[in-house]
Amino acid sequence: MLKIEGLTAEIDGKQILKGIDLEVPQGEIHAVMGPNGSGKSTLSYVLAGREGYEVTGGTATFNGHDLLAMEPEERATTGLFLAFQYPVELPGVGNANFLRTALNAIRRGKGEPELDAMQFLKLARARMKELSMPEDMLKRGVNVGFSGGEKKRNEVLQMALLRPGLAILDETDSGLDIDALKIVADGVNAMRGPEFSSLVITHYQRLLNYIVPDRVHVLMNGRIVQSGGPELAKSLEETGYTAVQAA
Amino acid sequence: MNAQFEAGPEGFLRRYEGLNNRLPGIRQPWVVALREQAANAFRSKGFPSRKLEAWRYTDLALLAQTGFGEALTPVDEDFALPEATAPQRVVFLDGRFRADLSDGLARSLGANLSAAEGLLGSVARVDDLPLAALNTMLFEDGALIDLPAGADGGAIELLSIIQSGDRPVTVHPRHVIRLGAGARLVLIERALGRGEGRYLHNPVVEIVLEEGAHLTHARIQQEGPGGIFLSTVFANAAAGATYDSFLLHVGAKLSRSEAHVSLNGPKAMAHLNGAQLLADGQHGDCTTFLDHAAPDCASRQTVKTVLAGRSRGVFQGKIHVHQVAQRTDGYQMNQALLLSDQAEIDSKPQLEIYADDVKCSHGATVGELDENQLFYLRARGIPQATARSMLIEAFLQEAVDSVEDETVRAALGTAVAGWWETIA
Repeated sequence: MLKIEGLTAEIDGKQILKGIDLEVPQGEIHAVMGPNGSGKSTLSYVLAGREGYEVTGGTATFNGHDLLAMEPEERATTGLFLAFQYPVELPGVGNANFLRTALNAIRRGKGEPELDAMQFLKLARARMKELSMPEDMLKRGVNVGFSGGEKKRNEVLQMALLRPGLAILDETDSGLDIDALKIVADGVNAMRGPEFSSLVITHYQRLLNYIVPDRVHVLMNGRIVQSGGPELAKSLEETGYTAVQAA
Repeated sequence: MNAQFEAGPEGFLRRYEGLNNRLPGIRQPWVVALREQAANAFRSKGFPSRKLEAWRYTDLALLAQTGFGEALTPVDEDFALPEATAPQRVVFLDGRFRADLSDGLARSLGANLSAAEGLLGSVARVDDLPLAALNTMLFEDGALIDLPAGADGGAIELLSIIQSGDRPVTVHPRHVIRLGAGARLVLIERALGRGEGRYLHNPVVEIVLEEGAHLTHARIQQEGPGGIFLSTVFANAAAGATYDSFLLHVGAKLSRSEAHVSLNGPKAMAHLNGAQLLADGQHGDCTTFLDHAAPDCASRQTVKTVLAGRSRGVFQGKIHVHQVAQRTDGYQMNQALLLSDQAEIDSKPQLEIYADDVKCSHGATVGELDENQLFYLRARGIPQATARSMLIEAFLQEAVDSVEDETVRAALGTAVAGWWETIA
């Protein structure tokens, strides 16, 4: 379970998160919705451990582990996964090499044996087939020359291979056409189960038609201002964020 | 012979005078004339000073302050060689040809000087290049490879190992390579150091490529930590010939590789690629002079330098497009990756173009590891040190990818493997 209490954080002295309280019980998928500038991306980066964000107060634990005390790679081996809004291109790093290095790092962290190249390829090919990804994406540089949709599918492929306990999807729907959106949603839904929880961060309700959340939270001006069931996303779509602000 | 020589150019000149009647070719007037010309040039110039434009960034004080003696490995010493990188191999131990460890097409130059008459000294310049002059004055041996027209020489490793200890030593090998029309060769020149002591390795390579010949030339410098590596390559390419080279600097305290390449006939081609991996305290200098002296020639150059700790890297790349060299197609790129605030790179591209119908582009970048890329890797569970290694390797990949020959790529891969872990 992800448990965030009173989390405050700033960038360059500017406070962005102003006291976040949020719990995502194991096995549940929660959505965090909010307008631009509400702190959505900051929340995901702070949880994943990106440099440049200063946590000024509060706690964030995952299954009892103090996330904020760990290096990014330690958080990942603990089971946290951040699907990036803008996946980074790594020219000269082959996708297959990247995926295998990451997978084996996670497996080492879990005390599982590492996979050799053959075992890895077999597994990767199976997962790629499920995500309708062409096999040559393994040979290319990580995200290099990938379309927006391919990059997002590559994120979901990483998630499917690393099998995190908690996936934070940072505006994974941005820049996706409806077909790509469905593939990405299918990838996330396939992970659903008692061992998997997810925080789906999005501006729009559209993605939540395909990944139906257990709970929806509204993030505005660095705070969770409203929480509810999946119907909250729909009403937000109709009334907009300004109505929430007024409420 | 065991004497330690005084420091500075005088030490080398005195040695030349002392060795004079024992150097190979003493009975061959053309060799004596070459040596005398070189000695005169060296006497008048001394070591290059930083006042010279071509030496602004590389200081030879370390060389000038050291008194060198002569390398003295017994010629019959048992020696465990590293694994060969090519099917044929010619081995020089402290500059001396080891027939017992060599096989293939390459011969000893020292023992076959007559066969090199008209070739040796035909490409190298000594008047304005003191280090080439020093080599010409004092060379004792080297490899001679002379392929007839149409021959395929396969792949040869030219391995030079210098042993060092308490007493600084110096070796000046001279390698002479000629490929007849249409001949092909892959040459992997590899310099290894054994021991931690100070030494000077000052090789000169002269290369003549006749029409349509194709030479792939890898130069892998893995000298010991006390080594000073100052090498000069001269290559002339006739019409349709290709000089495809890759320089790698990994070892040595101080290294500079100069290449003087001239495309003398139409449709000749040169690749002057390279990489330097410099750790704390190392200085590496890749300097190239490329003459486009005929029309319709092409040149490609990508040089990458990775600098850690207090290292210093230099890239100087001059491309001279003569007036006759219409339709020249030139590309030059040099990139540096700084892993430390204390590292320094000096980069000097220089294009002189006298023809009007040419396509020449060049670029230079200097950067650090990208924080976004590092975070992306770490967010996937990859430890920071591994993530850094992956990104350094990726930076070099583009340069290594330009090497088409599999044997050479494998040799380069072996030479750089694990470097990233050593500087973490």
